[in-house]
Amino acid sequence: MSERRLVPLLLVAPLLVFMLVFYLLPVLAMLMRSVAEPSWTLENYQALAGDSVFRNVFWTTLRTAIAVTFGCLLFGYPVALTLVRPGRAAGVALIIVLLPFWTSILVRSYAWMVLLGRRGLLNEALLASGVIDHPLRILNTSIAVHIAMIHILLPYMILPIANALRQIDPSLGRAALGLGATPFRVFREVILPLSMPGVGAGVLLVFVLSLGFYITPALVGGPRDMTVSMLIAQQVDQLNWPYAACLSATLLAATLAIMAVFQRLFGVGSAFRLAGR
Amino acid sequence: MTGGQRLMRVVVALILLVMIAPIVVVVVLSFSSASYLTFPPPTFGVRWYREYLGSRDWLAATALSLEVAVSVVVLSTFLGTLATLGLARLPRMARMLATGLILSPLIMPVIIVAIGVYYAFARYGLVGTPVGLVLAHTCLAVPFVVTSVGASLAGFDRRLEMAALSLGATPFGTFRQVTLPLILPGVLVGALFAFITSFDELVVALFLSGANAVTLPRRMWEDLRYALDPTIAAVSTLTIVVTVLPLLWAHWVRRRAG
Repeated sequence: MSERRLVPLLLVAPLLVFMLVFYLLPVLAMLMRSVAEPSWTLENYQALAGDSVFRNVFWTTLRTAIAVTFGCLLFGYPVALTLVRPGRAAGVALIIVLLPFWTSILVRSYAWMVLLGRRGLLNEALLASGVIDHPLRILNTSIAVHIAMIHILLPYMILPIANALRQIDPSLGRAALGLGATPFRVFREVILPLSMPGVGAGVLLVFVLSLGFYITPALVGGPRDMTVSMLIAQQVDQLNWPYAACLSATLLAATLAIMAVFQRLFGVGSAFRLAGR
Repeated sequence: MTGGQRLMRVVVALILLVMIAPIVVVVVLSFSSASYLTFPPPTFGVRWYREYLGSRDWLAATALSLEVAVSVVVLSTFLGTLATLGLARLPRMARMLATGLILSPLIMPVIIVAIGVYYAFARYGLVGTPVGLVLAHTCLAVPFVVTSVGASLAGFDRRLEMAALSLGATPFGTFRQVTLPLILPGVLVGALFAFITSFDELVVALFLSGANAVTLPRRMWEDLRYALDPTIAAVSTLTIVVTVLPLLWAHWVRRRAG
């Protein structure tokens, strides 16, 4: 092999070997336990299909991911529009988007526990203002999970959309306005269609990340808000490895299937680039 | 301004308020002098910071988290920067495969990584050791180094390297005097993200910490399951400071660099 081809290989090899040994092979070996125990079999997967606990947990996870993705899109798009508008407001908004983004998920989940608890700030404020006379039960319900997860994942929606909006040629909007379109029509027929790649990337990121959520639902959710990740952790605690491996393989397959669909719809590679903070 | 635009501004302001509120609340609560969580605090003080500094447990967890995170930075920045330099020169097919593996932790549900390494590391006695945490966290941190260095390499004019080589510089001298200074901002930002990835990481730590390698997030998690002790607000505020200040700096550097 010529030196020209050997040098790049030597540069990449240490990392590849490292990740193979400490990441890929461990994960594959774990996943193998779903088909290799007690002997080579697909029984574990067959059992999974008929298992009502798994079905419930899987649907909860999927429903949560869909609700959180919609929530992020609804609240994220207007913020993204603000981020690309010239002026001071955009700078302030960017800092407000990035600050929570850079704060750990654990800290943000803790903050929502404080805010939403039975004696939390929200209840205290509502009680003090006389809107309610009994504290509302929000913490340890699905509503708390949705609120906290939307808060945590919003930047993953906002930043890709803002990125796409920034690449739109401003003269297009001006031309449409000059030809007599109303501002709303300019948005609907020019801005919105051209921002779709950003929307696709944001939706994909939020959806895929929320499928794997563990910490937040465990802290702010109730017993009925168990996600696939929580079930996996619980099964490992009970040393039920084949079942945990089956669940992991299913979760991974769902994640990859969604990525594949989005690659077809919105083009290749965007998700990876945007996942980097 | 039309009524619609004004309404839109109010809506965006409200969304931004809700986004920042939880962080503000945690920071304010950490300076409360009350013995329980109440907002706004009746009086302010540093009682909970004193509590934190007086606890051997909390300090040991902080020290371990810092130790692990610094090791992760060294390892992931070194391996990641080398690999990024090589990736750009690999043939297309090999490059796509290698990039896919290296970036896959970004989308892999972290629980799968956590139980995978837990299962493998248990056999080598790496559970409950800082080494186990460093090895696993490095895999999670490397994608951030590779994307960051890759971004600075994308705007890099390869003719500069050729010029240095043709003027008689050695390959290593070219790297040290031409390539490295130009990609350094990307390397530093990548190192920063690697630090934060490890410092804030909880799911892998839940499995690999065992009883003897308890990191700060792991310690916070254990406390959160029993009580909403305001000490956690103080610890949270400290971790926000440790992670956000360097990031604000990096953000500023990146903006200035364009």
